[in-house]
Amino acid sequence: MNTHNCFHCGLIIEKKEEIVFEQKSFCCNGCKTVYEIFSLNGLTDYYNFEKAPGATPQDIKGKYDFLENEAIVNRLLDFKEEHTHIISLYIPHIHCSSCIWILENLHRLCPGISSSQVNFHEKKARILFNPQVVSLTQIVYLLNSIGYEPYISLDNYDSQKKNVDRSLIYKLGVAFFCFGNIMLLSFPEYFEVEEYWLDNYRGFFRWLIFALALPSFIYAASGYYVSAFKSIRAGMLNIDIPIALGLVVMFVRSTVDIVFGYGSGFFDSLAGLVFFMLLGRLFQQKTYNFLSFERDFKSYFPIAVTKIVGGQEIAIPVYDVVMGDRLLIRNSELIPVDGILMSDTTSIDYSFVTGEAEPITKKSGDKIYAGGRQMGPVVEMQVLSSVSQSYLTQLWSNEVFAKKDNRTYKTLTDTISRYFTPVLLLIAVVSFSIWIFIDTTTAFNVFTAVLIVACPCALALSAPFTVGNVLRIMGNRKLYLKNATVIEQMAKVDTIVFDKTGTITTNKKSEITYQGEYIDNKERAFIKSLLRGSNHPLSRRLYEFLPASQLLPVDDFKEVTGKGIQGTIDGFYIRIGSAAFVGEEPDTVLQTNVHISINRNYQGKYVFDNQYRDGLGELFAQLGKGYELKILSGDNEGEREILQSLLPKGTELIFNQKPEQKLAYIEQLQQQGKNVMMVGDGLNDAGALAQSNVGISISENVNVFSPACDGILDASQFKKLGWFLKFSKNTITTIKLSFTLSLLYNVVGLSFAVTGKLQPLTAAIIMPLSTITIVSFVTLMSNYFARRR
Amino acid sequence: MSVIYLLITISIIVALLFLYAFIKAVKQGQFDDDYTPSVRMLFDDETKPNDNKTNKD
Repeated sequence: MNTHNCFHCGLIIEKKEEIVFEQKSFCCNGCKTVYEIFSLNGLTDYYNFEKAPGATPQDIKGKYDFLENEAIVNRLLDFKEEHTHIISLYIPHIHCSSCIWILENLHRLCPGISSSQVNFHEKKARILFNPQVVSLTQIVYLLNSIGYEPYISLDNYDSQKKNVDRSLIYKLGVAFFCFGNIMLLSFPEYFEVEEYWLDNYRGFFRWLIFALALPSFIYAASGYYVSAFKSIRAGMLNIDIPIALGLVVMFVRSTVDIVFGYGSGFFDSLAGLVFFMLLGRLFQQKTYNFLSFERDFKSYFPIAVTKIVGGQEIAIPVYDVVMGDRLLIRNSELIPVDGILMSDTTSIDYSFVTGEAEPITKKSGDKIYAGGRQMGPVVEMQVLSSVSQSYLTQLWSNEVFAKKDNRTYKTLTDTISRYFTPVLLLIAVVSFSIWIFIDTTTAFNVFTAVLIVACPCALALSAPFTVGNVLRIMGNRKLYLKNATVIEQMAKVDTIVFDKTGTITTNKKSEITYQGEYIDNKERAFIKSLLRGSNHPLSRRLYEFLPASQLLPVDDFKEVTGKGIQGTIDGFYIRIGSAAFVGEEPDTVLQTNVHISINRNYQGKYVFDNQYRDGLGELFAQLGKGYELKILSGDNEGEREILQSLLPKGTELIFNQKPEQKLAYIEQLQQQGKNVMMVGDGLNDAGALAQSNVGISISENVNVFSPACDGILDASQFKKLGWFLKFSKNTITTIKLSFTLSLLYNVVGLSFAVTGKLQPLTAAIIMPLSTITIVSFVTLMSNYFARRR
Repeated sequence: MSVIYLLITISIIVALLFLYAFIKAVKQGQFDDDYTPSVRMLFDDETKPNDNKTNKD
């Protein structure tokens, strides 16, 4: 057994904190408790499906008290009866088969639960329970105690039952039914044997095929007619026009053929075409159900808040908060409405709303705005406005942000089809007018044959299959794109704008550790008192990191720019600063350190964890070659120098940007004709993300919250951004190559058609053959490019 | 030879029955989650509570 990783959650165990229980090592008490629960209930199979599948339970005391409120619970439940309640809970931690197993065995942990079912893709567990035995609160606490905390936000509160659109699958089923049966019934005709019974039953077979083709032609292919009609009305020639045209011509010609007994018609090709094209649509319809790309503040907001009424704490739905209410906000809870702070002091982290990295300290009587995260101990606040009138909500409903993305992108397929359709019609008309002088009947046959055989089935399939495959590959590597067009947009990008806070820096910022000789509280108080006088960013951060203590008067304070600070406190001479400043060898490792010496004796150093993401330097160096890079930050200029050293020369750095200014900046770049990709993380970037050609949101936990965007990138993959961009370019190359290939098939087919030799059998061979080659070609190519570094 | 009418009619009816079954299954949401059932079927029906000491990886 691996002794270095926690048996439950797989985290590396700090030697000092290791807990051994039943010969298994755990990283913390929480993990051990979960194991205990499982082993007591005979559920240790949990650990057999996947190694270290668990998560450490969080302390959520009081967080879900609102579930005692019946009105809220009723909004959340899917189904309600006296003895049975059904609830679907979104559980972000669901990630492996162990998760499915344990969540579907919940009834063994809790007698009130009769059954539970997991939807892995949606990361949802549907739990059936008896409300008289167990309450929803107890279930949530139980889930949390085993490391599966559900995520309940305001989004759940409003959600109506979403209707799943399954029409494509119905259509596919019908198309396959028609295709299969028509193929079977067409076989006798393919061989053209002059046989008594075949001649006798020819009419029956043909009319049966006709009947079977009807549902495929009318119902399954209906999407193409609608799309073609829309695009004609919009004055654009998209790929669906020649498809719809081909289908209609095919149907009419085949009907004429069988009515007058000219031949068996092309119903087999028609049904096959419809089926394969729908298959392509299905393939492209890769969606990440568990991710939402259109989230707004609602999924960020809590569903309920704690209100204080006459000294009693009660949970009320957040929409019921009215002016004058007194609310209790716990540590790391979100402030839901604008209000006035009633408690002494607290600090509030607005990084998500404004991009400002430093928490802001607020005193009693200060106005606090919705959207900030409360960082101090429990505080009370007096509400000034309702949720819908708060600054954040209004900012969100601001027109700039509400501006939906109406720009219609011309996809690669559309561009090709703009030329394809006229050329196709031209060939059809020209060959018709040539043949009309030779033979009128053949002329009509040729005219229809051209439109049938050139029906750009393979052309229409190549882009969906490539893009669908690429979406899947990218999804496996943790870049989740909203839809297929994003890839084409990504390939066109020439300017990349990065947000600073939370995007190129990590959110876990105050990772400061001390290395060196032991320093006691008194010495720490000296350091803190000395730091107080300095405005250097590192001093400020260290000052905040050190525990609060009594501040002592400093004598002979002196700040040496670029080196450090010194002063005398209580007779001790203290120096804080760079290694050279305290008389040590300069640092060899590239770390940000602050060294301490007391009475000229070297004590140790505070190590600042690099808050920039891994591989940032390399990524920028790589991207700098092909793209224009820009940094937009809501923060102040404090880190300009550090950033400049990381970035390629000439990178534009813009600080103190408000959300609206960010949006305007992107707009301005676009007016210069640039294709802009915005990489951001917070609500403050939402406008810019929506405005940019491609908005990518960086998320530490893709399941929790990200603003509306075109794609969500897992923060751990940030350094691979360059690879993703390159891959998207290769994707376009693949699509172009496959277009060429499918056009070749069209040329071959057309050569049959214009010479008047197109037989139903030829059409029935060329069509699936081209489809299969194209599909395998694009799949191989995109997988090849994906493997390339 | 008119048995061919009968045979083909029967075969189409059988095919239609399958199509109906498929549409019904889609309607019930059986195709909405194509991953979880594939994992679920691999779980043992009932795990023995006393078994946990031997089940180490």
